[in-house]
Amino acid sequence: MGTKLLLEHIHVPGIETFPVYRSKGGYRAVEKALKTMSPDDVMEEVKKSGLRGRGGAGFPTGMKWSFLDRKSEKPRYLVCNADESEPGTFKDRYLMEKNPHIFIEGLILSSYALGSKSTYIYIRGEYKWIVGILEKAIAEAKAAGFLGKNILGSGADIEIYVNNGAGAYICGEETALLESLEGKRGNPRMKPPFPAISGLYGCPTVVNNVETLAAVTPIINMGGDEYAKLGVGKSTGTKLISACGHLNRPGVYEIDLGLPVDEFLNSDEYCGGIRKGHELKAVIAGGSSVPILPGELFLKNINGEGRLMSYESLSDGGFVSGTMLGSGGFIAMDETTCIVHNTWTLARFYHHESCGQCSPCREGTGWMEKVLHRIEFGHGHQQDIDLLVDIARKIEGNTICPLGDAAAWPVAAAIRHFRDEFQYHIDHPEKVKDSRKAHLPNYKSVTV
Amino acid sequence: MEQTQQQIRFSEASLKKIEEMKTRYPEGRQKSALLPVLHLAQNEFDGWLSAPVMDYVASLLDITPIEVYEVASFYSMYNLKPVGKCMFEFCQTGPCCLNGVEELIEYTEDKLGIKVNQTTADGKFTIKAVECMGSCGTAPMAQIGTYYYENLTKEKINKIIEVFGQPDFDPFKKYDI
Repeated sequence: MGTKLLLEHIHVPGIETFPVYRSKGGYRAVEKALKTMSPDDVMEEVKKSGLRGRGGAGFPTGMKWSFLDRKSEKPRYLVCNADESEPGTFKDRYLMEKNPHIFIEGLILSSYALGSKSTYIYIRGEYKWIVGILEKAIAEAKAAGFLGKNILGSGADIEIYVNNGAGAYICGEETALLESLEGKRGNPRMKPPFPAISGLYGCPTVVNNVETLAAVTPIINMGGDEYAKLGVGKSTGTKLISACGHLNRPGVYEIDLGLPVDEFLNSDEYCGGIRKGHELKAVIAGGSSVPILPGELFLKNINGEGRLMSYESLSDGGFVSGTMLGSGGFIAMDETTCIVHNTWTLARFYHHESCGQCSPCREGTGWMEKVLHRIEFGHGHQQDIDLLVDIARKIEGNTICPLGDAAAWPVAAAIRHFRDEFQYHIDHPEKVKDSRKAHLPNYKSVTV
Repeated sequence: MEQTQQQIRFSEASLKKIEEMKTRYPEGRQKSALLPVLHLAQNEFDGWLSAPVMDYVASLLDITPIEVYEVASFYSMYNLKPVGKCMFEFCQTGPCCLNGVEELIEYTEDKLGIKVNQTTADGKFTIKAVECMGSCGTAPMAQIGTYYYENLTKEKINKIIEVFGQPDFDPFKKYDI
């Protein structure tokens, strides 16, 4: 059994309520921090823990916090990014639904460390019923004296509010999220200035993912040094992985970072292997933006070494033969999957979600969707594959925010490893036009 | 029927809630409540945002109507045209496609005699195809009203059409399907 920090009590009946959560040691971290530690002490523990942002980028949380402009006389804000919308990712939803108090506790600790008196949770609009779950947890915590004015006599005043979005993937990008939280369209801002200097209402702001902030609770309970002993190398601690696709046991799992990918995929403690009677064809390891890998290259790197579920091991080989841990949205595909079809549906997603601000993304995502559509449905031209590669290259790096990269990478990677499938579609239009299923049973990369 | 400014007024409970929401933000930043207030408006005024409703929201938040229109037209959850009381919002992104949502959308279209983005003549059902809903492990799925209906099958679609087509269907309630 792996370490369980966030999901330890997930199956305890009533854990979503304050009394049960409290009976399992809940809010002890808040008591410890507010009674015996200064805000700087809390930040120091987070730095020592080696915690990295769990939303996808993997940036060290303690370092991000240290950028916050504390000299400014303006109010400081902590904003929680609960706009989980990366395809394949549903871990934050699970945590907020099943164990909201560990998340609220982490928010209180983080607000204390950063000096945020008004902390906002920006949650994706579709999670309508979770707003009620969170507001109930906040009210319970407040009634028990863990939120509000002068919490536990520490002098700290903290309020937490929930604000819902309305269906826009782009609002997961932190500056678009801040625009949206100000009641505007979710158009990302130019950086610099970074939110740490000028964020919400032009004030110093830290934006962190749900899981990142929830992880502060066990970090304060056990101490940053102990937390850092979990995991492997610079991938410390535990991570929630949401697993979906053609698996026997899809769901949300907490793993020790560094768990062998083979064990995660095949053991009955986790995904339980590819569905019966089928074989692994490909994996998107960390949400739809990260490069797809053929099964073989996912299980073992180019030197034949088994990969681990860690930031470093999954990115081993760069974008030529590696991928990224990303958000932990794990999508497994069996041999029935048509990579062209899958890539087209993802391209459609990015086209739909482009905010329209930067031309390379606004136009390029639409072109990619159109070209992929015609290949998939038997109208592809011989030059289309190179055209896609060219469009992807011209979007990447040429936009204000990373949505452009996120749209370009899946297309580029699918062609890199499965080019023969695209070619087959172009060469055999009559065979592909009426089927969404795979036409070639390829398990190996054609280029690596 | 065309809504006019005079007929549009939130319930007292909603008006109270909006006043409370405005206090969550610093002085002069009440516009931050715009997205949540538009959700309330959509819930209360037949599932969509007409121009008079948006003007009303602008007046409540003390902002100009164009500030509301530009937001309402940006976010995909706001309906700018009338929709059916039961609106299927099928997730059509990669992971749901791996689990057969496309066949299920076609099945629902055939069953209701409408296509995606259309509403049945009796105003009961609308079908929409939306992008990733964060329900990939329980695909295929659709959101209907407040809740998610997951691990959908043709049998479940039949049942939803039967139950949600009844006059007492409440889109804010969770049904066991």
